Amino acid sequence: MTSGSKTVVSLRGVDKTFESGVEALRGFDLSVRDGEFVSLLGPSGCGKSTALRIIAGLSKPSMGAVEWPNGAGGAIGFVFQEPTLMPWTDVAANVRLPLELSHREAPAAVNDALARVGLAEFAQAYPRELSGGMKMRCSIARALVTEPQLLLMDEPFAALDEITRFKLNNDLLAVWQELRRTVIFVTHSVFESVYLSQRIVVMTPRPGRGFTEIEIPAPYPRDERFRTSADYARFCREVAETLGKAMAGGAP
Amino acid sequence: MNERTLRIALPLFVLVLVLAVWQAVVSIFAIPPYVLPAPGLVLSTLIADGGLLWRSLLVTLGITFEGFILAAAGGIVLAIAFNQWRAVEYSFYPYAVILQVTPVVAIAPLLLIYLPQPLAVLGCAWIVAFFPVLANTTLGLKSVDHNLLALFELYKASRWQVLWKLKLPAALPQMLAGLRIAGGLSLIGAVVAEIAAGSAGAGSGLAYRIAESGYRLNIPRMFAALLLLSLAGVAIFFVLSAFSHLMLRRWHESAIRRER
Repeated sequence: MTSGSKTVVSLRGVDKTFESGVEALRGFDLSVRDGEFVSLLGPSGCGKSTALRIIAGLSKPSMGAVEWPNGAGGAIGFVFQEPTLMPWTDVAANVRLPLELSHREAPAAVNDALARVGLAEFAQAYPRELSGGMKMRCSIARALVTEPQLLLMDEPFAALDEITRFKLNNDLLAVWQELRRTVIFVTHSVFESVYLSQRIVVMTPRPGRGFTEIEIPAPYPRDERFRTSADYARFCREVAETLGKAMAGGAP
Repeated sequence: MNERTLRIALPLFVLVLVLAVWQAVVSIFAIPPYVLPAPGLVLSTLIADGGLLWRSLLVTLGITFEGFILAAAGGIVLAIAFNQWRAVEYSFYPYAVILQVTPVVAIAPLLLIYLPQPLAVLGCAWIVAFFPVLANTTLGLKSVDHNLLALFELYKASRWQVLWKLKLPAALPQMLAGLRIAGGLSLIGAVVAEIAAGSAGAGSGLAYRIAESGYRLNIPRMFAALLLLSLAGVAIFFVLSAFSHLMLRRWHESAIRRER
């Protein structure tokens, strides 16, 4: 987790303009190290989701490049803003999907992933029978089942209530500490980004570009004590002020 | 009374009321049976002509069933082809629409000229029934959650995996809605074709019995045959609804009772 680790993926001067003429990203640079937890923080419409989709290969940059120093190999896990589950099949089959699509059989991996997010007992349930938080857990289990090198999360907890969100934040950190995968987490919540990340990339809106980066040097494991600590409050204030400047278009 | 009882009792009450008024009107005004037969006479005709009408019903149901199966298969296969190859959709969709909007009553006599009669009747049943399957399945295949499509793309799913594992299951509710409409329509198509054929003096289906009874002023038998046809339509609707419910009951909102 030191800054000396290898780079997993980097974006170099990425521009993205949609067919509608909307400029989502301009000259966006990002470098993510192995095992790191990075958040992209910015207001909605600042292109952070677009950046994530470009990294996932779901969208092509108009200019610039995505570089994978260790080769683009290694599966990517993606967690969308909505749970994005197949409603016609049960939790286990939803989690099994990525394996099935690559013709792999790994029942143990499905059970592991479900157990990791606390859904082991709900394997036979259908998505509609789950609460919002549980659906999101299922979605995370699906992203983990291929044991991806890189986990991309696009505001996964934005639609959840605060109690559920805090719980999922803690569980996500626990999974991250255990598996040590690289996580790129998109959020518009200052509090969430500070709580989770080692490093926060603050973005400016329209077009999206990197404004500045803030390290959150607080040690892990982080828990409710950290959430109520003076340090946490201080980091939040710093990040919020920076975000304010980014939105006003001032200097970092 | 609870809601379930009411839902059965109220329509039954209306039925009894209508039958009673009907019977009373026929008795009081002494209307002859060749103008309006009383419900009792219709029922006794149904029993007396039971064998004949039953055989005719089976003929009509057979054609309806064949037309429905062909329409379902044709509609679904065509919808998949449209979805997979845009050129196919652009080439054939306008003609599917033309086939649909041209009244089948007007097509039936032409089909009867070019095709042997059983095939022509089947053709009519197919023409009216396949379009709702095609249109609904096409819509269903197109309304897949974009994020799920992105997910399949992320895991490098093949085109056929996307079709089998994503698009077809996602389209199932719309497809079943199309099939439910097609069931009723294939009965209509079969009846229309039989009537058209019947006036040419051939056929033995239920609709032909209606036309034939009309010529002979056997009005009670007309009513009896009509009753059987409408019961057949109701039965088709219920069978298809039950099938649809069975397929969707675990996951689709349409099949799940709201808890209050």
